[in-house]
Amino acid sequence: MSVKVRIPAPLRTFTNGQDVIDASGSTMGQLLEDLKSKAPGIETRLFKGQTGQLNRFVNIYVNQEDIRFLQNLDTPVKEGDEVSIVAAIAGG
Amino acid sequence: MPAVKTMSYVLGLRCKECGHRTAATAVHVCEQCFGPYEVEYDYATMRGKVTRESIESGPLSLWRYRDLLPVDRPVTGFQSGMTPLRRADRLARYLGCKELWIKDDSCNYPTYSYKERVVSVAISKAVEFGFDTVGCASTGNLANSTAAHAAIAGIKCYVMIPHDLEQGKVLGSLIFGPRMVRIKGNYDDVNRLCTEIADKYGWAIVNVNLRPYYTEGAKTFGFEIAEQLGWKLPRHTVSPVAGGTILPKIYKAYQELIELGLVEDNAPRMYAAQAAGCNPVVKAIHAGQDLIEPQKPQTIAKSIAIGNPADGYYVWHTIKDSNGWGESATDGEIVEAIKLLAKTEGIWTEPAGGTTLACAIKLIESGRIPRDESICVCITGNGLKTVEVVQDHLPYPEVIHARLDEFDRLMAETEVCTQKSHSGALAEV
Repeated sequence: MSVKVRIPAPLRTFTNGQDVIDASGSTMGQLLEDLKSKAPGIETRLFKGQTGQLNRFVNIYVNQEDIRFLQNLDTPVKEGDEVSIVAAIAGG
Repeated sequence: MPAVKTMSYVLGLRCKECGHRTAATAVHVCEQCFGPYEVEYDYATMRGKVTRESIESGPLSLWRYRDLLPVDRPVTGFQSGMTPLRRADRLARYLGCKELWIKDDSCNYPTYSYKERVVSVAISKAVEFGFDTVGCASTGNLANSTAAHAAIAGIKCYVMIPHDLEQGKVLGSLIFGPRMVRIKGNYDDVNRLCTEIADKYGWAIVNVNLRPYYTEGAKTFGFEIAEQLGWKLPRHTVSPVAGGTILPKIYKAYQELIELGLVEDNAPRMYAAQAAGCNPVVKAIHAGQDLIEPQKPQTIAKSIAIGNPADGYYVWHTIKDSNGWGESATDGEIVEAIKLLAKTEGIWTEPAGGTTLACAIKLIESGRIPRDESICVCITGNGLKTVEVVQDHLPYPEVIHARLDEFDRLMAETEVCTQKSHSGALAEV
């Protein structure tokens, strides 16, 4: 079971430059756990210290939907889903 | 690109979250914590060199504040900024307040919104960095401005917008010849896609990878208010909030002028205005917590319909630091405020401006803003681009023949209702 996770440019130093990483897990939290093992160090950018909370400027989307509209890190993910990690940007 | 030797006071970029410093390049996200970078200046060296006189002797455009902007060689915006700051006495009388000012970017050049400020800086920076293509994610005004300034600078332009924008906003970009991409979804969807586009295509997306420079342009709105008030700050400033760029930057402008000794510190207060159908920041202000919960926007104020404001957190803290507050306005209140501003001051603004005025009225009526202190309402866009929102709210006249008797009949028939709808409560103002 794998889910494609899009990695934004500023985090590709942890993925040897790869822009998509296959990760597995049945919730977003598990997926990010797996991502951590595949791209060590990436968790230091995604999470606020050891709190388990995402950094304020990290937005995560499952199939284009912000996980804060779903169940945050408990959001279920399944085979074929697409996950994007995106930094917040200015208005327009 | 070889480094350009200039007189710039820019020290570099500094992360607003963790303080990590880096060189002033086309990066927007802190590599340490993902926080936004902000330009850092050498204020100590500026002191005594950047003065009221040095600014006043500059060009009649936003570039008169160039010492406080991160640009070495401006390539556009030479007629942008320096919009009117109007004393709004008729509106003030109507609202029962003493000193009311309108900073009017509805007539900003060349595309009639505050966005000329941020785009002039961002595109100048894009050219300086050697990009040949610029772009933006936009609710309309930014697309108009990016397309126009790209035309002026002679570089390629891509604008990405939500699919359901007003005609005026769509055509107002297309006329300048950019490649436009209309995207199913709201601004936040467009925004997310643009972040991915910036990564992949290597374009200068003004509000993504040029964001640290882009946002600095918004300071000129605040610099102008202060200079045009005779180097004084208004006690209360009411600003619209969408992505959250302008409000903290007006405040930063005020603080920079205080720091440089160009204005007296009167403890200026900032107030956030949002549409009730998209008010994540105002909700957080009222809740007293700086956690901004994203929303799905549902409002006629499309230009400020940003449910996931990147800088909402900084708006919240600016409001708190300055002892300000926030309000939101319903669609009905927004339309009424648009009409009120037009009838009292001759300014036709778009729904963002209606929102700001409607919220200012609420803040005044609730006593949050005292009626006897100076108030500045920030008008950031033009109503001619959004005719749809008022067309059903104005008395559209019937057609008569070119005959005096028909005119007489019309006058006799409509005298009463005309007085009501056109003057009404405003008659005594």
